[in-house]
Amino acid sequence: MKKLGIDVGSTTLKCMVLAEDGSLLFAEYMRHLSKIEERLTELLEKVSERFPGESFDVAVSGSAGMGLADDTDLPFVQEVYAERVAVKRLAPDTDVVIELGGEDAKILFLTGGFEMRMNGTCAGGTGAFIDQMASLMQVPVEALNGLAEKHEKLYTIASRCGVFAKSDVQPLLNQGARKEDVSASIFYAVVNQTIAGLAQGREIQGNVLYLGGPLTYIPQLRAAFNDVLGTEGKCPENSLYYVAMGAAWAGANETLTTAELINKLKNRVHKSAYVACRPLFTSEQEYEEFTARHRKASEGIREIAAPQGPMFLGIDAGSTTVKLLLTDADGNLFRPFYAPNNGNPVPLVRKYLQELYREFPDIQIYSSAVTGYGEEIIKNAFGIANGIVETVAHYTAAKKFRPDVDFILDIGGQDIKCFQIRNGAIDSIYLNEACSSGCGSFLQTFAGALGYSPAAFARLGLFAQKPVDLGSRCTVFMNSSVKQAQKDGATVQDIAAGLSISVVKNALYKVIRCASAESLGRNIVVQGGTFLNDSVLRAFEQEIGAQVIRPAFAALMGAYGAALFSMEHLPRNGAEAVLNSAELKAFTHSVKTATCKGCGNHCSLTINDFGNGRRFIAGNRCDKPVSGADTSEHYDLYQYKLQLLSAFMDNYRDPKKFTVGLPMGLNNFELLPFWHTFWTDLGFNVITSPFSDRKLYLRGQHTIPSDTACYPAKLMHGHLEYLLDEQPDAIFYPNMSYNTEEGLGVNHFNCPVVAYYPQVLRLNTAAPQKTLFIDDFISLADPKQFAKRMGQIVPKYFKAVTAQQVKKASEKAYAALAEYFRNVREKAEEYLKTAEEKNMPVIVLAGRPYHVDPEINHGINTLICRLGAVVVTEDSLSDRVKPFAVHVRNQWTYHARLYAAAKYISQLPADKNINLVQLVSFGCGVDAITTDEVRSILESAGRIYTQIKIDEISNMGAITIRLRSLFSAAADKAADS
Amino acid sequence: MTPDFTKKMKEEYTIIAPDIFPTHMELIEAAFHIYGYKLKVVHYEGKQVIDTGLKYLHNDVCYPAICSLGQQLYALSCGDFDPKKSALIMFQTGGGCRASNYIMLLRKALRNMGMEYIPVISISFGTLEKYSGFKITPAMALTGLRALIYGDMLLLLKNQTLPYEVNKGDTERVVHKWTEELTRQFAARKGLTSGAMKKNLAAIAEDFHNIPREKKDLTKVGIVGEIYVKYAALGNNGLEKFLLSQGCEYMVPGVLGFFQYCFANMEKDHEYYGGGFAALWGGRIAGRISDKWEEALIKALEPYPEFVKPVSFDRVKELADKIIDRGVKMGEGWLLPGETAELIEKGYNSVICAQPFGCLPNHIVGKGTIHRLRELYPNANIFPVDYDAGASKVNQENRIKLMLAIAREQEGKA
Repeated sequence: MKKLGIDVGSTTLKCMVLAEDGSLLFAEYMRHLSKIEERLTELLEKVSERFPGESFDVAVSGSAGMGLADDTDLPFVQEVYAERVAVKRLAPDTDVVIELGGEDAKILFLTGGFEMRMNGTCAGGTGAFIDQMASLMQVPVEALNGLAEKHEKLYTIASRCGVFAKSDVQPLLNQGARKEDVSASIFYAVVNQTIAGLAQGREIQGNVLYLGGPLTYIPQLRAAFNDVLGTEGKCPENSLYYVAMGAAWAGANETLTTAELINKLKNRVHKSAYVACRPLFTSEQEYEEFTARHRKASEGIREIAAPQGPMFLGIDAGSTTVKLLLTDADGNLFRPFYAPNNGNPVPLVRKYLQELYREFPDIQIYSSAVTGYGEEIIKNAFGIANGIVETVAHYTAAKKFRPDVDFILDIGGQDIKCFQIRNGAIDSIYLNEACSSGCGSFLQTFAGALGYSPAAFARLGLFAQKPVDLGSRCTVFMNSSVKQAQKDGATVQDIAAGLSISVVKNALYKVIRCASAESLGRNIVVQGGTFLNDSVLRAFEQEIGAQVIRPAFAALMGAYGAALFSMEHLPRNGAEAVLNSAELKAFTHSVKTATCKGCGNHCSLTINDFGNGRRFIAGNRCDKPVSGADTSEHYDLYQYKLQLLSAFMDNYRDPKKFTVGLPMGLNNFELLPFWHTFWTDLGFNVITSPFSDRKLYLRGQHTIPSDTACYPAKLMHGHLEYLLDEQPDAIFYPNMSYNTEEGLGVNHFNCPVVAYYPQVLRLNTAAPQKTLFIDDFISLADPKQFAKRMGQIVPKYFKAVTAQQVKKASEKAYAALAEYFRNVREKAEEYLKTAEEKNMPVIVLAGRPYHVDPEINHGINTLICRLGAVVVTEDSLSDRVKPFAVHVRNQWTYHARLYAAAKYISQLPADKNINLVQLVSFGCGVDAITTDEVRSILESAGRIYTQIKIDEISNMGAITIRLRSLFSAAADKAADS
Repeated sequence: MTPDFTKKMKEEYTIIAPDIFPTHMELIEAAFHIYGYKLKVVHYEGKQVIDTGLKYLHNDVCYPAICSLGQQLYALSCGDFDPKKSALIMFQTGGGCRASNYIMLLRKALRNMGMEYIPVISISFGTLEKYSGFKITPAMALTGLRALIYGDMLLLLKNQTLPYEVNKGDTERVVHKWTEELTRQFAARKGLTSGAMKKNLAAIAEDFHNIPREKKDLTKVGIVGEIYVKYAALGNNGLEKFLLSQGCEYMVPGVLGFFQYCFANMEKDHEYYGGGFAALWGGRIAGRISDKWEEALIKALEPYPEFVKPVSFDRVKELADKIIDRGVKMGEGWLLPGETAELIEKGYNSVICAQPFGCLPNHIVGKGTIHRLRELYPNANIFPVDYDAGASKVNQENRIKLMLAIAREQEGKA
C-alpha cells in the first residue's frame, strides 16, 4: 500500500505519496492562507488524478495538523518526531538537524544524547519573520537572498523575536543603510535567534542537516548558519517533505481513498470553540450612524485646490511611511501626500517638492517643520526650518480639532504613542516598548499573509459575528493565537475583527495600562493611520465605552501638526523654509557606511551626503564623528561610576600569588570595590572580565539555559567564558539571597536572578570542571556575620588563609564599599550643583547597578547628556530620604533605592528641572512591580514618569523621541510653575 | 491605611479565597470554619477571570497572580458577593520572589476598582501583618496542615486511579465522598487527632483500592513547577485533563512538600546567614511534625503495593542536594529539581515543568537545572512548558505531544 503523508504547518501545506519501496512518487506544497480544508482538498484532488481510485495509508503532522487530525479522527504524528523518523531513514549519519518553518524553529540533536528542541512561546516565527522583514523592506522575499549575496557589512539586529528585530531594521532603513547589508543582517539575526533560543547550552557540531522552507529556498541563510556554526551543513533533496514523509512512516495506519479523505475534510466539525468578543457592528445602519458621526468631526477643515497666500510645509517622516502636506494660514489642507517610505524617505520628499514647484512655481512657503524618525535626515537634506518632537506635533494637530483635548492616542505603523494633556501641557507620555510594537504594520502584514489588501481586510471585520478574542499580548503571541482560532473554526472575518480588537487592547492594557476609561480623559482624539481602519476605531470606542474624535485625515496628523507648528516658528534670520527649486535640482544623495574608530564603541555609521556640503551621519552614539571631537563636557554619573570601577580592573597578576577571577556583571557592578579589596588584602591577584560588549555576549550564548531571562543575566555566560580563558586559580561568584541592608525597606533581598545566577553558571557551564568555582551562599547584610562565615569559607579552599586575616580583609572591604558610595554620592552632589549653576536639566537615570554597563544601557546615558542634561543615578540620591511607606512590599535593596530616588524628586520644588527615567531590562519580573510604584510616587507629586525598556538591542530612535518629549514636556512644566 | 479585619467582620464577612489545589480547597474551607471564619473558595474559570486579572493588575506580573487574584477580583465584580461584606485572603511567603507582593497587588487593584475598603488578609509563616479580628493560632495552623494532608492523600490516589477506573466516575465519587465526610467530621471537631487521621487515611486508601481498575499500559508523566500553575487547571489550561485524553497517568507531588520545603529553609537560613534560634527551632519543629504526618500517609498506603507512595521528605532533600544548593530558596527553589528527580526515580520518566512565562525563580530552578538533571538521568524526558495569558494552548499541547512521542518510543510503544 502507498503511503500518504500530510504536513499542515503554520503557513504551508505539504502533501506527498510514498511507494511501497519508500520512493517518493508525488510531492507538492502550497501556502494554505489559513483555508486549510479548501487548499488540502485541492492538493488531494491532484493526488487522486495521479492515482485514481487508490487507497493510502494516511498520516497527518504539523502544528496546524494537530487540530485537523483531532477533528477528523486521522492518525497524528507530532512533527518534530516525524522529522526525526525521516532523518533516521534518509540521512542516518546526521548529528544535528536544524529546521526552520513558517513560525517554528527546531533543533534535533540525534547523536551523543538524543534531544529535540522547539521554540518556546516567546521565540517568534522564523519564516514568517523573514516574510515580515521582506515586506518591511518592500522587496519580495525571493529577492532577499540575492541582496544578501552582495552584502559588505553586517548590522546587529536583535535576535530575540521578530518584533524586536523589526524595530532595529526600521531605523537602519530610515538612516539609509544598504538593503544588501540589511538582508544579510536579517539572516544572521535568524541564526543567532535559533542558537540562543534552542541550543541551550549544547554545541551544534558534526553533520548538520538543514530542513524546512526558509533553509531550502535561501542559500544565504544556510551560509549564515555555516558561518556562525563553523560547519558546512547540508540541505538534502526533498528537504521540504521530511515531516510529511516521517509522518507517513511513523503513522498508525489508517487506510483511506482520497475521496474518503476529502469527505472527512468536508465534514470536519471543529471540536473546540474559541473565545469570542462581541461583534463590532450588528447592522448596516449602526455602521452608517458611526461613520456619519466621525465625518462631522472634520467639518471645519477644507482641502484646497491651489495655494493661497503664505503656505506652511509639514513633514512627518515616520517609521514606515512619509506624510507631507501644506496648509494655508487658516489650517486648510493642500496637497496631502502619504506613501510608504520604502526604507528611505529622502527621494519621496524630493519628488514631492519637485512636482510642487513644477505645478505651482509661485508658491510661497513661509515656514516648514519636520517630525518623526526621519526628522534629522530630512531636516539636513532639505534645509527644513524646524525639527520637532512627534508628541509636540501631534498635540498641536489635535488641538485644532479639540482645543480642550486631554488625551491623544496615536497608533501608527510601528508605534503607539499616547499622551495625556494636563493644563495645556503634555503630561504623561506612553510609548509602546519594543516588545509590543506590532501595531498597524502588524495588521498589514497579517492582511497580506491571508491574501487581502489592508483596506479590504479592515472592511472584512466590520460585521463579523464572533470576533476572535486574541488577548492583549505581542505580535508573536497573536500569531499562535490566530493559529489556534483557525483550528477552532474562526472565519477570516472573525480573525480580521479580532486583530483590530487586539490592537486596541494592546494599546489600552499593555501600553497605557489603564484600569478604566475614565482615567484616560474626557476629550479624546485618536489618530494615526491605523485608526482609519473603522474596525479599530469601533473596537476602541467599544472597549472604553465612550465616543472619541477621529480626524478625517488621521494618518497625517503628525505632518499637519508640524505645519501648524511652523506658523509660529518662522525660519530665523530670513532663511528659506525649504530648498528652492534651483537647489533641489542640484540635490544628490549618496550613502556610505563606515565604522567609527573614535572610541571603543565602534559605532556603525551611515553617512548620507546630499551634495553642497550637506551631510547627515547616523548610528553614532556621540558627536565625535559629526563635529570631529566630543567637545561638550558631559556630567554623567554613569561614566563616573565606570571610571571608579575601572580602577579595580587593571588585572595585574603577580606570578607569586594565587589569582581570583570576578565576572563583571550583575551585582559585581556594585560589589567590585568590596570583593577586589577583600581578596587583594588576603594576598590574591584579582582579575575581572571587562565591561560587556556584543562579542562577549555571543561567546557565552550557547550555555544560556533560559532564553527569557534578562539580558544582564545572560551576559554572565560571556563573562564566565572570558574568565575561564584567562585561567585564574579560582572564580569567585557567591550566591546572595540577601543584599546589603540600607534601611529603606522591610527586607533586603536580591531578586532571584541576581541572587542565584552563580548556581545557573555552575549547572550550565564548564566552570566547575575547568577551575575552582567558588559560589557559596553569603550575605553582606551583617558585617560581623559575614566575617564569621567567610572565615569558614575561605580557608575551606585556601588553607593558608586564617579566619583572623579574613576578619581584617572584611573590614577593609566594607570600608572600600562605603568609600565607593561616598564618591558616587559626592559626585552626584557636585553634578546637581553644576546643573543648578548652568541651568541644565537633570535626569535621574534609575535602574540597577549593572545598568551602567554600556552593553546593557546602549549608551542611553550619553544620549541624555548629548541632549543637554546632567545624568545622576538612583543610588546616588537614595540616601537623601527617610524610610517611607510604599504600596508594595519594599523588600529588595536595589529596588528600594528606586522608590527613594523617586521620593526625593517628588519632594523638590516643582520648578526644579529634575526628572526620573527608569531603565527596565526586558524580562525583569520585579520591575512589573517597581515601575507602577515609581510612577505613582512621581505622579502623585505632579512629576512625569518615563520608562525605557532595554534588551539586547534597543531602538535608539524611539528612545530619542521619548527623551526629547520628556525634555519638552518638563521644560513646559517648569516654566508653568 | 489599609483596612483592618475586625472581630465584627469575622462574624459577618465572607472571606474570598482563590481555587489553587485540586483536592484540598474544600477541606481548607472546612478547616477555617472550625475557627469561625466564613472562608469561601471561588471556582470561577474562563476568559472573564483572566480578563479581570489583566485589567486590574500589571500585564507583566506573573500569570499565577493574574489567575488567582483575578478570581478574587472577579468574585467581587460579578455580583455573587456583597463587596461591603467581603474580605480577601492570600498566602504570602515573604520570600525574595515577587509573589510576596500579591497582597499589595490585590490592594492596588481594589483601589482601582473603587473598593479600597475591602480588607485583605495575608497569611504567612512570620507575622508580616496584624489584624484585630484574624489570627492564625498554632492550633489553627496545625489544623490547616492536617487538611492539606488529607487533600494530598486524595490527590495522590485520585491520580493513580482515575486513568484506570473501569466504571467512569468511580474515582470522582470517592473523592467527593471523602471531601464531604471530612467536612462533616471537621464541623464536629473530629478527624483532626493523629489517631483519627490514621483511621481516616487508611479508610481512604481502602476506598480507592476498591475501585475496579483495568490494567493499562499508560505513559507515566510527572508534573512539577511553579506551585500555582502546576496544580491549578485555570493556570495550566487544563493540563491534567489533556494528559488524560492522551492516555497518560500523571503524578503531581503533594502540597505538603512545599511547606516542608519552607520549614527546611528556616534551618538552612540559620546555617548560611546566622540570626536567632527561634526560626531555626520553629522550622525544625514544624518540619518534624510534617514528617510525622507524611509517615502516617505513607503507612496508610502500605497494604496496597499497587499504589506509588511518596518518598520521605528527607529523601527529596538528598536528591535536591545532588542537583542544586539548598540555599536556593526563592519561589519553589530547590524543591522543584528535587521533586523532578523523585518523579524520575519513581518511573515517571517524562516530566513537565509547568512554569509561568517569565517566572524569575524558574530561570534558576526550572530551566536552569535541566542540564544537570539530564546528566544525572540521561534518559529523562524533561519538558518546560510556559503558561501565560497570551500563550496559546496549541503550542503547549504540541510540545507535550512531542514529549509523549519520545516517551512512547522509549517505552517501545511508538
